[in-house]
Amino acid sequence: MINKQVESIAAALEGIQDGSTVLSSGFGAAGEPVELLNGLLEQGARDLVIVSNNAGTGDVGLAALIRERRVRKIICSYPRSADPHCFDECYRAGNIEVELLPQGTLSERIRAGAAGISAFYVQVGAGTELSKGKETREFDGKLHVMEKAIHGDLALVRALRADRWGNLIYRKSARNFNPVMAMAADRTVVQTNEICPLGSLDPEAIHTPGIFVNRVVCIDPNQEVEQ
Amino acid sequence: MNKMSRSQMAWLVAQDMWDGAVVNLGIGLPTACANFVPEDREIMFHSENGLIGVGPAPDVGDEDPDLINAGKQMVTLVTGGAYFSHNDAFVMIRGGHIDLSVMGAFEVSQAGDLANWTVNAPGVPPGVGGAMDLAAGAKEIWVLMEHTTRDGKPRILKECHFPLTGKGCVTRIYTDIAILMISPRGVEVTAMVEGCDLEKLQAVTEVPLTVHRECKVISPPDIA
Repeated sequence: MINKQVESIAAALEGIQDGSTVLSSGFGAAGEPVELLNGLLEQGARDLVIVSNNAGTGDVGLAALIRERRVRKIICSYPRSADPHCFDECYRAGNIEVELLPQGTLSERIRAGAAGISAFYVQVGAGTELSKGKETREFDGKLHVMEKAIHGDLALVRALRADRWGNLIYRKSARNFNPVMAMAADRTVVQTNEICPLGSLDPEAIHTPGIFVNRVVCIDPNQEVEQ
Repeated sequence: MNKMSRSQMAWLVAQDMWDGAVVNLGIGLPTACANFVPEDREIMFHSENGLIGVGPAPDVGDEDPDLINAGKQMVTLVTGGAYFSHNDAFVMIRGGHIDLSVMGAFEVSQAGDLANWTVNAPGVPPGVGGAMDLAAGAKEIWVLMEHTTRDGKPRILKECHFPLTGKGCVTRIYTDIAILMISPRGVEVTAMVEGCDLEKLQAVTEVPLTVHRECKVISPPDIA
């Protein structure tokens, strides 16, 4: 029997090593796997490379990991999201390395990592500071930048509903980076509000097929962190 | 010279959006353009966090933290709208499926170079978001910004001083006093507020301007 459901966040994150590259979904607070990030704080892994659009909001989840100096480097597009004070303090003190990417390049580099594509060329960022040090090449007379794939040791994903095979459905704009990150890591861990009986999710409507998912943990929706 | 309010500036851009256009509105003032679209036009507003058919702000009590726009403000979805992933949102942007992107800017050059992502202030972490993707991928880029800096210095320049977001991508600039078109022929004024003329406009613009033969007078509604 295939059963990816685990009983606790601790069980889902057991064995995550120092130095891991962690794909953490969400756009601001929407779709952010806050409980899993809090679990990673408790789990204790250090020296992490976080791949996330933003750099945490308020004092929980990614913000708390950054505050506790557990993040060596963040690869992101917009660290100045709502209330980024944990990141700001860490950045000003020179305690975190930042690799800034255009948002679509961030997303596509993760997709490339998921899809077995080692690198690709885009016009985005050509001739700007963000392409410094990157290979460039002309196609059809236009300058392109070579961008390399990003692959995670761990992906943290937040879904509305899941089943024991790991099939996932997201909610509204909380979908954002979740589907692409779910595909791009050695271990994909999902927090969900509800685990449904196998067969009850409409196969025509599944956003992420379970093949990409390793562990699913149910969180109590009544204990969601205030947005 | 009657400088326009920020709402009037947003209104001005909205009057030029065409029926059926797919439009991405930047964070800040451009987002307000959606409030002023003429009623006879159906426009699909795209947001890079995975929405098409972005609607107005929700009524009190109907707010949903899972339904936000690129500025992370809570919004609604219009009838016919759809949700999708970030990857698909940027397929739409880079793949040339967005008709128009309206963005704010710090500076625009006479060649249409856009600078709107960082002023390189010390100690302030930079953030770029989707601006470079839009600059490279949207079919048309319009900039909405005040004509000068707070201390009256030009922002339409021969060359941008701040780091670029994209090269040669801006086709129109809407300011609080004029509308300007950028083309290989140079920068041409197509509309000005009442009381403005070429001489006054040129005094606050670094690049040489020409006036279009059908240059209009802007008559904005009385909105704050």
